[in-house]
Amino acid sequence: MTRRLKEIIIKRIFFLFACVSILILGLIVAFLFREGIPIFRIVSVRDFLLGGEWYPTFDPPAFGIWPLIVGSFIVTFLSTFIAVPLGVLSAVYISEVAPRPMKEILKPLIELLAGIPSVVLGFFGMVVLAPWLQDTFDLPTGLNIVNASLMLAVMAIPTISSIAEDALYAVPREFKEASYALGATKSETILKVIIPSALSGISTAVILGMARAIGETMVVLMVAGGAAAIPESLFDSVRPMPASIAAEMGEAPFRSEHYHALFATGIVLFLLTLAFNLIADYVSHKFRETGSGTL
Amino acid sequence: MALQSSMRWRYLKEGLFFGLVRLSAFVITAALGGLLFYIIFNGLGAISWDFLTLAPTDSMTKGGIMPAILGTVYLTLGAIAIALPLGIVSAIYLTEYARQGPLVRVIRIGVNCLAGVPSIVFGLFGLGLFVVFLQFGSCILSGALTLGILILPTIIGASEEALKGVPQTFREASLALGVSKWQTIYRIVLPSALPGILTGSILGIGRAAGETAPIMFTAAAFFTAKLPSSIFDEVMALPFHVYVLATAGTHIEATRPIQFGTVLVLVGLVLVVDLIAIIIRSTIRKRKRW
Repeated sequence: MTRRLKEIIIKRIFFLFACVSILILGLIVAFLFREGIPIFRIVSVRDFLLGGEWYPTFDPPAFGIWPLIVGSFIVTFLSTFIAVPLGVLSAVYISEVAPRPMKEILKPLIELLAGIPSVVLGFFGMVVLAPWLQDTFDLPTGLNIVNASLMLAVMAIPTISSIAEDALYAVPREFKEASYALGATKSETILKVIIPSALSGISTAVILGMARAIGETMVVLMVAGGAAAIPESLFDSVRPMPASIAAEMGEAPFRSEHYHALFATGIVLFLLTLAFNLIADYVSHKFRETGSGTL
Repeated sequence: MALQSSMRWRYLKEGLFFGLVRLSAFVITAALGGLLFYIIFNGLGAISWDFLTLAPTDSMTKGGIMPAILGTVYLTLGAIAIALPLGIVSAIYLTEYARQGPLVRVIRIGVNCLAGVPSIVFGLFGLGLFVVFLQFGSCILSGALTLGILILPTIIGASEEALKGVPQTFREASLALGVSKWQTIYRIVLPSALPGILTGSILGIGRAAGETAPIMFTAAAFFTAKLPSSIFDEVMALPFHVYVLATAGTHIEATRPIQFGTVLVLVGLVLVVDLIAIIIRSTIRKRKRW
């Protein structure tokens, strides 16, 4: 009897530990709101989100994060545009084309690329890419959307590549064999059979890559330029949300309007990435790869 | 004739496609190679025994980076000490105890969402909870707790993977001998899964060591005159040091060599840690007895 009791107690305790992740998620929400909500006594939610002017230290201050949101989305979309073809095609190479030894080298290599700290990519963008962009395109500054997007793409590629590769790998062998039996070439099989069957996994990869890019801080803080205005060209500077939070929190007086506004920006960022993650979760479960049995 | 040209078109497409696929793999390899080469080439000159063992001097324009290395080690070890037990126990519950159902689904979604939370939001959370609410202030403890939470999903994921890899027959054999479930897990399942869990934790260490945004408001200082004496002291940290030197110094151009040196030490540290994990993993795969 005591043995049974012990087992039950252990199970209960383990359950509590497993709930810690949920608890932390709850605490994150609670503390972001606790420190962020007070700003909405000064500006309305609508003016905060859609206001075109972010002058938090002026007198009177203006707390409109629309330029920050636009900045975040522009660098995210441009980096996705660069990272998706590279990430997906390299996944195709690793899972379908590469000879085995090549595969054994490339997979860890992509893992290492994922391990490079973001501050290092930011540094590289500042010291190498920025002067080069400035000289080549004769710009006032090399710290701009293009630079930030390129460095963000480097961050997103490993995420996209490794998840897409898992999805491609999971496509049943029979699909491939049936396609070859019908006389399709290898590229036709990949493009018309394998990629479509893995599409839900690849979509998940792309969404998670975007989530990674929109939440990334150090790269955009160091190379996006920091101008809180709606950009007119791809060579303009922007100030994405994470950059604004990271750059200004150190200077914002404790519990000032500015401090609350930065936490509120954190809420927006958190909700955006949460939405991306929930969509990714939904896509990967709803449109699970069709196995041969379900056809 | 028409048939022949259509065949030729197919061959051409075939070649084009494979060219593109190979090119993309090459571009990624070249990007990583170029980056590493550039950092090593520019950073190696700054590395010396003094650089690794001395504190910065002359308002951080000369001297070494020892306090930053030490700070990163403290923060990282603290983070893993917090995340490892939590992560392993969560993973044991999810793989060994939990029945598939809505509750487990909610926990899993929670873990996934936690993995997707931006690092700067972890920083804000750490500031709100540990620094302000619990009044730890900006210190090693706050930073280690924040980083620990950041790598928790990584550890849970890796541990789950490792536990799932232990064959069901191991568990059945043990239970058939009359061993209780907990003892089966503790004596049979965990030891078999340990190398896999280890790999995941080492990758977590690499991640924690390289993060900047979560420690900006919770632990990191521009400069500390002396080394930390307790977990309630602020510390310097390698990633934050890189950021500070590259953006906030008054002699940004003059301190370039120190910046490259710091970047090289940081990248070297993180990549060596990751490489150890990768090597352990491939050794396990080759030596697997089941």
